[in-house]
Amino acid sequence: MAETLWIGTRKGLFALRALEARRRWRLLGPQFLGHVVHHLVQDPREPRVLLLATRTGHLGPTVMRSTDGGRSWREASAPPAFRKAAGEEPPRAVERVFWLTPGHRSESGTWYAGSSPAGLFRSGDGGERWEPVAGFNDHPMRPQWAAHGTPDGEFLHSVLVDPRDPRHLYLAISIGGVFESSDRGESWSPLNEGCAADFMPDPDVPFGHDPHCVVQHPAMPDRLYQQNHCGIYRLDRPARRWQRIGTAMPRKIGDVGFPIVVHPTDPDRVWVLPMDGRTVWPRTSIDGRPALYTSENAGASWRRLDRGLPRGQAWFTVLRQAMCADRHARTGLYFGTTAGEVWASTNSGESWRCLVRHLPEIYSVTHAA
Amino acid sequence: MTCTVRIASPLRSYTEGAATLSVSGRTLAQVLDSLEARCPGIRFRMIDEQDRIRPHMRLFVNSSEAQQLTAAVADGDTVHVICALSGG
Repeated sequence: MAETLWIGTRKGLFALRALEARRRWRLLGPQFLGHVVHHLVQDPREPRVLLLATRTGHLGPTVMRSTDGGRSWREASAPPAFRKAAGEEPPRAVERVFWLTPGHRSESGTWYAGSSPAGLFRSGDGGERWEPVAGFNDHPMRPQWAAHGTPDGEFLHSVLVDPRDPRHLYLAISIGGVFESSDRGESWSPLNEGCAADFMPDPDVPFGHDPHCVVQHPAMPDRLYQQNHCGIYRLDRPARRWQRIGTAMPRKIGDVGFPIVVHPTDPDRVWVLPMDGRTVWPRTSIDGRPALYTSENAGASWRRLDRGLPRGQAWFTVLRQAMCADRHARTGLYFGTTAGEVWASTNSGESWRCLVRHLPEIYSVTHAA
Repeated sequence: MTCTVRIASPLRSYTEGAATLSVSGRTLAQVLDSLEARCPGIRFRMIDEQDRIRPHMRLFVNSSEAQQLTAAVADGDTVHVICALSGG
């Protein structure tokens, strides 16, 4: 499949096709014009298979599937949905499918989806039919785990499948925290020790945190990084206590943001894109000067990367699914803004250029090859 | 009982572009089931998994808005599927 950046936006799906070894990019689309595209993910087991999480302003949420690299799409025959409420149970309905994760490489056709309100769903047939994961959705503690969502609801995201063991899963809920399962989703427990929850009456709580994005290093699956509402963290399993590595960020920048991206092969290399979390939480680039920060020592120190990015009056917001890396030796990094710009670096973030402007609000940027 | 269903434009990808369809049913629920049988996938975009009409959808039987899927539909009635969206 041709190297492509898939751009999910509030008003449709776009693609940037790499030409001349990433020196030029051609904008394709839109597909699904007017549809909200929350996430698009390529299946690493079958690279021509893509899954897309979508809805429209009017219509309910669904999942679309392509088996020809995004040329044509077919809707899931049973999209993610909660089970029917029983008795006095509060009825739950999926408002948006927010996140997609391919299953373990040994489980062809298995996918996970995360929703808002917080729900976990699994497909065993490549995304055609979805079933609720009862072990999480009906867990007796789930109402407490996801008790303090905003009016937009809680978002279940960052579903991680341990590449060594298909039974070992992580997920994150904004707001709710990080949770772990070692039995393929049958049972779950919170994994939030060490994370701050400054917005809670008691900041030292076992759950109720706001992880914005959690990633697992593919070459060192015991290493997790987390960009949280309250800081940047690293966890090296089997430890259970997150270490706040954002304390090494410059004090005037802080360690608030949405996305966090790991290097494809070096577990010590990570990138974040800080945002303004002061006063009323503008969530823009800090002082209008966008920059990434990278660490090459697992968060012990950070270095600013802003060459080519605007020097001022640039009020970027970059959402959690809207930054990614490719797998080239000279790592490509890409992010999309809520103002509809896509920026790229093909030298690990050292310099940046804008690939496209004037797209709708960007929700996700994913790399496929 | 046969009624006419007028389909709003966001749903016509399910009806091969048709703006109206004739289907059978004595209640709105039965009409939607008939519609789903002809146009797979259309019901879930309008009605959630708890059988509630989605927040941005409105269903009318003739000129009366239906709040529940138990609303009666008579022979010759028109069911209007209307999309209600605000903002940009």
